[in-house]
Amino acid sequence: MALRVKALESLMVEKGLVDPAALDAIVDHFEHRVGPRNGARVVARAWRDPAFKARLLADGTAAIAELGYAGGQGDHMVVVENTPQVHNLVVCTLCSCYPWSVLGLPPVWYKSSPYRSRAVIDPRGVIAEFGTVLPDDIEVRVWDSTAEIRYLVLPERPAGTEALDEDALAERVTRDGMIGTARL
Amino acid sequence: MNGVHDMGGMENLGAVAPEPEAPVFHHAWESRVHALSVASPTRNNIDAGRHQREKIPGPEYLAMTYYEKWFRGLTELLVARGHATWAEIVRGYAEPGFAKTTPLFSAAEVTPRFMRRGSFARDGAAPAFTAGDTVRARNLNPPGHTRLPRYVRGREGVIVARHGAHVFPDSHAHGKGEDPQPLYTVRFAARELWGPTANPRDSVCLDLWEPYLEPA
Repeated sequence: MALRVKALESLMVEKGLVDPAALDAIVDHFEHRVGPRNGARVVARAWRDPAFKARLLADGTAAIAELGYAGGQGDHMVVVENTPQVHNLVVCTLCSCYPWSVLGLPPVWYKSSPYRSRAVIDPRGVIAEFGTVLPDDIEVRVWDSTAEIRYLVLPERPAGTEALDEDALAERVTRDGMIGTARL
Repeated sequence: MNGVHDMGGMENLGAVAPEPEAPVFHHAWESRVHALSVASPTRNNIDAGRHQREKIPGPEYLAMTYYEKWFRGLTELLVARGHATWAEIVRGYAEPGFAKTTPLFSAAEVTPRFMRRGSFARDGAAPAFTAGDTVRARNLNPPGHTRLPRYVRGREGVIVARHGAHVFPDSHAHGKGEDPQPLYTVRFAARELWGPTANPRDSVCLDLWEPYLEPA
């Protein structure tokens, strides 16, 4: 594959279809500028600031933009809240839709056939494979991203974190917790 | 198109393999395929891009990695739109006398461009349904692109949110314009989808356009 991709890149550059420096900048952007640390900032802010949390749940796109995060695959954000009674899980059964602006590019498993196929029919089984067994009396809501709405799970704030500041709280937030394959 | 890409509800496709948050790309060529795909002039129609990947024959689709599918989709779109020939793509250089075009954006424009909010919402018809309405997903089997998964067709759900009118992929993917249609989030009980063995508390929500729905 590496050689075939190199050939395609040479051709597209030669024809003026892409700017080679822009390609480097795109890779840098997705490796360093966006990623799950953005989403972790959003979650940590929501845990500490009830007014921000209310705005986040009412209009995810606008509240997330307050922290400077916006852009493609995050144009229409909906944030869904985990509670002691409800657990949310995000999937895209048809392809790989994922909120790039707050989580970056999706992990391999999120784009894989096993996850895309089973998350809707056996969400509890899939979550168990990530190490969390959900009690039967918790309601599981799966969000299948079939349009351009992108979903972010707001995990429950872990117990014993009352004294932590926003930076320390953000470190407690995991990518899998914001997809819903883990509970924090 | 009832392809293997529409895999919600299938089983026995393998184990889910959790992985750490880094690295973003597992091979350098994957990062180049991603960058080429999002910088290419073919990126102007996300629905056509999705449909191009869906058209990869099922046995190959299931055997390919994610960025192999993106590479296939990108090369096929470049040929279909007249940006390149297969001979050029295999060889890696252009035919003599080709017409050089101008890239859509430079390196300096990358971060502003990828951080700018876009929107798929458009002016369109007023929605026929309201939150709380019970609807049925129509039993549609279109030969082209659709975002109505097989596992909800014929099933009843409840409207939980309205999003205004959005670009309609079934039209847009095929060059028939944006054709905006009202978009809803619809909640289906797990038991409605999967039968009596599903947990009675659980549900699956999908974002579905009005042409996919009928009153129940």
